[in-house]
Formats: sequence, C-alpha cells, structure tokens
Amino acid sequence: MDPLEIARWQFGITTVYHFMMVPLTIGLGLVVAFMQTLWYRSGKAEYLRMTKFWGKLFLINFIMGVATGIVQEFQFGMAWSEYSRFVGDVFGAPLAMEALLAFFVESTFLGLWIFGWKQLRKGLHLACLWIAVIGSVISAYFIIVANSWMQHPVGVTLQDGRGRMVDAWAVFTNNTAIVAFSHTIMGALAVAGGFLLGIAWYHLWRRRTDGIDTVDENGRVVVGEAAGVPGRDKTDHKVWLRSLRIGAVIAAISFAGTSITGDLQGKLMFVQQPMKMAAAEAACHDGTQFSVLSVGDLGSKDCSNIVAVIEVPGLLSFLAKGDFTTDVKGVNTLVPEYQAKYGTNLPNDPKLGDRAGKAIQYVPVMEVTYWGFRMMIGFGGLAALAAVVALWLTRRGTVPASRWLMRLAVFGILAPFGANAAGWIFTEMGRQPFVVAPNPDVTGADPVFMYTAAAVSPGVSGGEILTSLILLSAVYAALMVVEVKLLTTYIRGGVASAMPELAHPGKDEDSGPSSDDTDVLAFAY
Amino acid sequence: MEVLPSIWFIAIAVLWTGYLFLEGFDLGVGMLMKLFARSDRERRVLLNTVGPVWDGNEVWLLTAGGATFAAFPHWYASLFSALYLPLTLVLLGLIFRAVAFEYRGKINTDRWRNAWDWAIVLGSFVAAFGIGAALALSTTGLPLNANGDRVGGPFAWFTPYALLGGLAVVGFALVHALAFLMIKTDGEIRHRARAWLTRWLPLGLVPIAAWVVAVQLLHGKWFSWVLTVLAVAAAVAAWLLARRQAEGKAFLSLGIFLAAGTSAIFSAVYPVVLPSTLDPAFNLTVANASSSDYTLGLMTVVACIGLPLVIAYQAWTYWVFRRRISAAHIPDSHTVLPAVVRKVLKGQS
Repeated sequence: MDPLEIARWQFGITTVYHFMMVPLTIGLGLVVAFMQTLWYRSGKAEYLRMTKFWGKLFLINFIMGVATGIVQEFQFGMAWSEYSRFVGDVFGAPLAMEALLAFFVESTFLGLWIFGWKQLRKGLHLACLWIAVIGSVISAYFIIVANSWMQHPVGVTLQDGRGRMVDAWAVFTNNTAIVAFSHTIMGALAVAGGFLLGIAWYHLWRRRTDGIDTVDENGRVVVGEAAGVPGRDKTDHKVWLRSLRIGAVIAAISFAGTSITGDLQGKLMFVQQPMKMAAAEAACHDGTQFSVLSVGDLGSKDCSNIVAVIEVPGLLSFLAKGDFTTDVKGVNTLVPEYQAKYGTNLPNDPKLGDRAGKAIQYVPVMEVTYWGFRMMIGFGGLAALAAVVALWLTRRGTVPASRWLMRLAVFGILAPFGANAAGWIFTEMGRQPFVVAPNPDVTGADPVFMYTAAAVSPGVSGGEILTSLILLSAVYAALMVVEVKLLTTYIRGGVASAMPELAHPGKDEDSGPSSDDTDVLAFAY
Repeated sequence: MEVLPSIWFIAIAVLWTGYLFLEGFDLGVGMLMKLFARSDRERRVLLNTVGPVWDGNEVWLLTAGGATFAAFPHWYASLFSALYLPLTLVLLGLIFRAVAFEYRGKINTDRWRNAWDWAIVLGSFVAAFGIGAALALSTTGLPLNANGDRVGGPFAWFTPYALLGGLAVVGFALVHALAFLMIKTDGEIRHRARAWLTRWLPLGLVPIAAWVVAVQLLHGKWFSWVLTVLAVAAAVAAWLLARRQAEGKAFLSLGIFLAAGTSAIFSAVYPVVLPSTLDPAFNLTVANASSSDYTLGLMTVVACIGLPLVIAYQAWTYWVFRRRISAAHIPDSHTVLPAVVRKVLKGQS
C-alpha cells in the first residue's frame, strides 16, 4: 500500500467534506447577522423569527465545520510531516494566526451569542454575532493565504533545503490569495443564497398546499393563518417571502461576484500555473479556443486521444489574458518546459521510498480538472439563473403551487455546494504533481517548490493512514446523515422549531436582558 | 542561547497550560456525564455549565498545535506523525464530543440523548487520554531517527509513559471538573461535587504528579524541582480548602497546581522539545527544531497583540455567564414537529 495515494485520498475527502460546512457557515453567518441587524433597527417580529430560524440551522451546520476543521490542522503533521518540515517556517504562521486571531474570536463570541440572548443588551448581543461572523471571514482569509502560498509561493527563499519566510507582507498580500479569498467569500454567499431560497420556497409552498395562503384572480397572494400550527400566522408568510427574496438576490449577486473574481483568478493562473490552465481545458496544443465539450480519453495524459467537439475561438485567450488572440500554451508545449526547468525525475532521496528517482508526471488528471472546472461554472450558473427565475415567479407574493417546482428549488440547494466542491477539487488537483507549485516569477535564486510525492510522512505506514481514512470516512458519512436529518427536522418544523415560545402564545416573544432568576439560561443545551 | 526560540518554547508551554486549565474542566465535565449526573436534568446542568465556553476552550488546543507548527515545524512534524494512530483517535473523540454537545438536545427522545451522552463521555475520555499521552511522550521521548521520523512501527510510541500521561490528564480533568462544578452549580449537584472532590482529589492527581516527578527524575534542574514542590503544595492546599468548603480558593489552587506542574515539566526538559530515545544526537531542541528568527519575530508581535485580547474576552465571557446553574433553571425539552396542517385539524374545521 502506497502511503502517498492513501494520504492524498484522505486529505481530499476530509477537506472536501469540511468545505461542505464552511461556505454555509460563512455565508449563512453573514446573512443571520444581517437579519438580526434588521430586527435590531426595526423591531419587527419577522426579522427576529428569521434570525432565530436561520440561526438555528446555522448552528447545526457550524458545529460540523468546527469538528472537522481540527482534522485539517492535525493531518499536516500526521500524514505530511516532510511537507510540514519544508514549509513550516512560512505556512505555519497563517495557520497559527488563524487560530489565535480568528478562530478564538469566532468560537468565543458565538458562544456569547448562542447563550447570551438574555444576559446581554440587544446591541451588544448583536455585536457578538457580527464579531463571530467577521471572525469566520478572517479565518477564511488566513486559510486562503496558506493555500494560495502553495499555489504561488511568494516571500520565501530556499535555505538549507527548506523554505524560509523573508517577506511576510508578500505572503499576506499574495495576489493569488486576495482573489482566491474574494472568490471563496462569493462562493460562500452563493451557498447561503441557494439555501435560503430553497428552504423558504418549501415553506411558502407548504403554506399554499395547506390552504393557508391562497391567490386572488390576479395571481396575487392572500395571506392566511392556521391556528392549529405553531408559528403559521401572517408574520410567518413575511418570514419566508423575505428570506426567499434575500436568498435570491444574494445568489444572483454572488454569482456575478464569483464570475469577476474567477476571471481574475484565471488570469493569474495563466501566468502562475500554466499547466493548470491547460489541464482545465484538456488543451493539448497551443490555441485561443475554449472547449465547450471535449471527448476522448482525458486521462491518457499524453493527449493522443482527445477530440474537442465544440469550441469557442478566442474565449480561452480572453479568460487567460483579456484579449482574443493570445495563444494559451497546451500540454504538449508545457511538458518539455517544465522538464527543462524542474527536471524529469524525482530526486534519489531514500525518504521517498519506492518513489525515489521515478519519472515526474507533470500533467494533472485531466478528467478531473476539465470536468471540475466545468461543473464549477455550470452549477454556479444554474443556481444564479434559478435565483433570477425565482424572483420573477414569486413577484406576486408567493410561490407556484407546483410540487415539482418546490422539489427543484429544494434540490437546487445542492448546486452551489457542488460548484464550491468542484472548484476546490479543480484547483487542488490542477496543482499536481506539486504540493507547493513553483513560482515562475522567481528567476536566478533557487525556486521554492515541492512535489506531493516528497511531502508525505516517511515514517508513517500505509496501513496507519488507511486505518484513519476508513475511520474518518465512516464517521463523516454517519455524521452527514445525522446533520441532514437534523436540518430536515428543523426545516420542516418552521420557525417554531427554533422558537418554542410560538407554541405558547401570550408569552413575550421579544424581551431584552433580565435579572429574573429563571433566565439564568436564556438558551440551554 | 536562542532568544526567540526560547520565548516560543515558553509561549507553547503557556498555550498548553491554558488549554489544560480551560478544556481540562470541560473534558472532565464530559466524562462525568454518566458517572456523576443522576438524571437527564442533572446532565443538562452539567452541559450548560460549559455550554457557552467549551468551544472557545478547545481553540487553545488548535492554537497550541498551530503555534507549534509555525514556531517549531520539526517538533510538530515529528510528534504528530509519530503518534499517527493515537492522534487519529483524539480527533475522532473531539469530533464526537463537539457534535454531541450541539446535537444532544436537538431531538427530544431518550434514545437520541443517551447515544450522544455516550459520545460525550467516550469522546472526552479518549481526547483527554490521547492528548495526555502525546504530551507525556513529548517530554520522555519517542524512537526518532536522524530525520525525526518514528522507527519501529505504528505502535513504537507505546510505553508506560504514554499510559501515565493519558491517566494524568484524565485524572486531572476529572478532579478539575468536580471543582468547576462546585463553583458553577447550585443545589444538590454543588454539594455532591464538593463531596466527590474531597474524596477523589488525592487519587485523581496521583498520575499527573507521578508524570511531573518522572520528568524531574529524567531531566530535572533545581528550579524545576522547586516548581514541583510548589505544585505538590498547591495540590495539598486545594484538597484542604475543598474540605473547608472554600470553593473558589480550592479551584484557584488547582489552577496553581496545574501551572506549576506544567512549568516544572517544560522547564525540566528545556532546551529539548522532543527527545529521541534512540540517540540523544537526534533530539529535537529549541535550536534545531525552530523556525527562522524572522518568522518567530513576526509571530511574537502577533502573539503579543492576540493573546492578551483572547484572555480578556474569554475572561469577559466567564463573567457574563458567571451565575450558578441548578436543576431548577433547566427549561423543559421541546419536541420539534413539522409545521404542517394535519388531516385531523382539517377534519375539525
């Protein structure tokens, strides 16, 4: 068993899984903070309900992100000790700063928000949420700085065979990091937008199906109430309609945001990682055309059997350089260039075990990069289109009665998740065979780069990594089932699932800090 | 004398002390969920004493890990890869525990709660044990070669010291949690916690005291011996104070015990951060395991700004949630039902 392959699968699985929760945490956190701000400023009941309901779903998801995030930090040392030794001087700093400056803020202030509804004044309580949410955004920044350094190592020199940080400013203002961070935040908002849209759609549909809301002859909604169901009053309609509109607007805007930032990323990638650019296109020969569909054996890695079926001339040049004529180098041109610069074989280092001296495969797995790139754009675009259509369909205050449209809206929640996962898989797989891609701007001095094959822990056996891979995957799969079950239960419960007081009308929905002895726990586990 | 690496050695000792002091009681409270609490309401009292703070406490672990990565990449790489399997278990324990805290009360059935209670108990136990074992082995040594890689197979780390370290943190966490419950709860739980504390404190602290002394016998210096004596004195004081029902002071004494104990350990092993049991020439030290002065200087500035802030706002959190919790404060569980107009209701109308 080759520890390298197992360790790569493990890192891939745990990271993609972790990144199912993270964008929802960041995106939904910002949305909930916005909703609570609306409540704070207007005092309107629907905004409090929105805060509580979406806040509950936010927390169910948040904890899974926390729990799986620790794995990420540990496995650099556990499975990738050579990597940690090689890059620790520069890569460890953003990770440590993430914990110290961001994650502490996020978890401490979120605890204050969850439990502090009665202990803190309204404004302070709201501030705690904003601080926590901003903490999560800063946390994303530090992690992206670390990741972008692997894509584009700046501010570093090679000394005694290891990377040494020489310019922290360069590391923390890496252009790769700035655009990737913006892209990631936009991607997170897209996830939140789709989440709001799908779930709010379900509830508006439920209200119609249950005969609570009806439409008049102009198709305009007539809002009703269901006395027997906690929370299903007229305010409830506002909760879902506003949530739906906020979600749709966020989804549409964030797609525009991901397009702009993604375009900037493409232009950096063209310069910084030309092979990734070629692999995204499965482009063998130099050219200007963007492939809409290529068929053949994308995994053959020697380009002998790839046929581009539909192509748009000039588009690839536009993505790469902003014009329609620049030739973008294909795989057949790049491989000899990489071999000339970085060698043809792995070093004969005993730490590499069986891999020592092997030929280097410079072309990433093109089925993954080609389709990953297209799934990212496709899912993202579909979700945005659906959001615009949803705004149009709900212009008269409720959703169509169609059960299939409702199912589509709920199922559509998954599209931005898919786009996020596909984008990360593309960018990480496209970086191979490097774990730290060489920076082509570095001339003269020894460039700092590292092959993934040289990064894995030399002392750890394949069996150990396989054991943890099996254990973690099994636990992750089980927890995914639990999380989805809980989310579904709370979603179906509507606002009352997050506000049991709605089942007991007459009790004050909205009260500030109190010294009443029974309020020691405004919220209790 | 390497100034910056030495400062970071101290910083990491501080982070571990902070971690053990804070997460110590929430790990212990987790382990006590089945052992100590006698009803669901009592279990919820226990949970809610740490509810707002456990996640913030756990970040001390991430910061200790991250700071080790940034300041001593070789220490981080060698220790974590050598302890591959035990750390996998620690991760699983922490995952289960975290999710259980949040999910336990989300569905109102005994079966659901019981399953998550066990997740909290076992997750806390495994995490405390594994972290204790890892810390102990970092002070007593692992079979590392010249590159810092473990030799001798996946279980080469397993020594009596691993067992001792595991028991040390488990024992300390249990005692510390009883002291914490004594100052954070009211009513019957408070009295029971005090009774259990006075009964079990001496036994609970034996393994951690044995680890401190073992490290002194291996690497001790005169000042680390002084700290050891101080630690033992603080433990005795904690016990006497708990017996006299001086609750706050007893808790504080336990904190002093921990701080003196970890200081005794870290100062004894300095400048070695991770000894090799194969050849002292392979020892990782503050000099050969550390990052460059540039990185350490940057991290020093960040830590000087960040750490006081963390301590300030975490202290504020404890102040906000300072009131004692008793079984009477626990609200009734509620059942989440689908917001659907049921046929029965339709029939009535």
